[in-house]
Amino acid sequence: MTDAASTTAPADAHSDPAASRDGGYLLPIWGLTSREIVRFVRQRSRMIGAFAQPVIFWFLFGVGLSGSFRMPGTEDGSLSYQEYFLPGVAAMIVLFTSIFSAISVIQDRNEGFLQGVLVSPVPRLAVVLGKLTGGTLLAGIQALLFLVLAWGLQTSGLVSTIHWDATPLRWLATTGVLLLTGLGMCALGYLFAWKLDSVQGFHAIMSVLLFPMWLLSGAFFPAAGSGWLRWIIAVNPMTYGVAAIRWAMYPAGSAAVAGLPSLPVSLGVTIAFAAICIAADVWITTHSRT
Amino acid sequence: MPETPAILVDSLSHHYGERQALCEVSFSVGTGEIFGLLGPNGGGKTTLFRILGTLLPVQSGRAVVCGHEVASEPAAVRRQLGVTFQSPSLDAKLTVAENLKYQGYLYGLSGRPLRARMDRMLARVGLTDRVRDIVETLSGGLQRRVEIAKSLLHEPRVLLLDEPSTGLDPGARHDLWRTLQGLRDEGVTVLVTTHLMEEAERCDRLGILSQGRLVALGEPEELQSSVGGDCLTIQSSTPDRLADAIRQQFPLDVRKLGDSLRIESSNGHELVRDLVAAFPDQIRSIALGKPTLEDVFIQRTGHRFWEEDAAGPPSASAH
Repeated sequence: MTDAASTTAPADAHSDPAASRDGGYLLPIWGLTSREIVRFVRQRSRMIGAFAQPVIFWFLFGVGLSGSFRMPGTEDGSLSYQEYFLPGVAAMIVLFTSIFSAISVIQDRNEGFLQGVLVSPVPRLAVVLGKLTGGTLLAGIQALLFLVLAWGLQTSGLVSTIHWDATPLRWLATTGVLLLTGLGMCALGYLFAWKLDSVQGFHAIMSVLLFPMWLLSGAFFPAAGSGWLRWIIAVNPMTYGVAAIRWAMYPAGSAAVAGLPSLPVSLGVTIAFAAICIAADVWITTHSRT
Repeated sequence: MPETPAILVDSLSHHYGERQALCEVSFSVGTGEIFGLLGPNGGGKTTLFRILGTLLPVQSGRAVVCGHEVASEPAAVRRQLGVTFQSPSLDAKLTVAENLKYQGYLYGLSGRPLRARMDRMLARVGLTDRVRDIVETLSGGLQRRVEIAKSLLHEPRVLLLDEPSTGLDPGARHDLWRTLQGLRDEGVTVLVTTHLMEEAERCDRLGILSQGRLVALGEPEELQSSVGGDCLTIQSSTPDRLADAIRQQFPLDVRKLGDSLRIESSNGHELVRDLVAAFPDQIRSIALGKPTLEDVFIQRTGHRFWEEDAAGPPSASAH
């Protein structure tokens, strides 16, 4: 026995009890997260696309709709559309990046990487969190970069339509809220991705469900108008994420947060939504076999 | 010996909806043994493999790995297992070293011990000079080697491999088997599924699966000699008529498989002479050989290996 053991497990294995123990949570989460980020960074086109598209969106819609926009319940001209749309675009970046990175669950399964993870002793919560953390960080960082760009344009005087008073505390709060919203969206995307077997199917879901979800979240236009639309906006979890981003970026009482759900409600719903989706992710990972 | 077997499967059954994929399968694998599961696609190999790998639930019966129940202690089972899937589980966008590093993290390995093991595993599969290569730039054979290094990284006591030589050229296949035999000699238990006869012959023991049932179990030579002394294969343009004629004149069991007839006999060479003398017109060719594992399969199931493959349901790797 000693012979066999010394050939299979020489030197370090004896002084390395970790080998036969669980890796715990942090190490696997860290591993899966950094894999996600390394993969993203290697795909240059994905980086450019992820950053350039929202900027174009923001610029074009901002210019096109600036003349016809008036924030309901406020005086004319107190809030430009470009300014109103700024948190909305940040929310869009978070939503789409999170959900796109969740697509990689489908690729991971088709390429076989996922089953390699599932036969390891890593707790299923750590598998889920490892997958979500990478997507969340990528989403948060990209949204932040966009806000830094907008702020830079404002400070340098190139864009005169926004007057965002970005204090260090607001940057911090905004970062936190962006990450929190991203986590919930990643967790939602994971659920879809787990159930679907092709990326094409995911794109279909994306256009019939996720895009309207963003459109009707108060990111694109305020939740005023006819009754049924108000209702949809009120039951859309994304509405509260967008509201929380606005609360984090602008002071209470300003036109930018007029008519929104209150800050505690926005944060509470966003946290609860993320928690429920993560719990569902863990359940589906444990119970439905690939 | 009262030693607990490395793998114990006890009247294991599994069905996908209506279709029975495994039916009352029982066998055990001793520590340090290479055990082969041979069978056509759809025979239940992959289902059994996925149950042992904790990827499919145990529906009825028992599966035990190193004394841990697959059904109730999946985490304990996973700690003992190294698994190589038929489809690669490598991240093709990452380098060889990154793949191994993240695998190490999943098993709680990090820092210097992890690097030491990576070096050792890479040396073992002969890939030390390719660590910085992106996986998708490697050939299929090399990727397979990375795959093996990956599944060995945490030094599992039991290694499961699903059709490991898929897509490998004969040289790479030879290397693979040398690696597996080396592991076996170090006390690692290896369970390998295959549909290749020549691969099955290299296993210490074999189970043959057909339509979800274990139709044979034993050492390859033992199984081959159970068939009988010799195996005759006769090609004929009128196989039915010839089969009837042989049955009338000789006290023999004649099987018709496609266009050929198959006869097992303890003294084949005499039978060849007698048959050729008796039916010179109807025999196009006649071949005498020692029974192969395919003969074992034919004897136990009554049909050819590949017939089942073609007629059987699609591979059991369905979700």
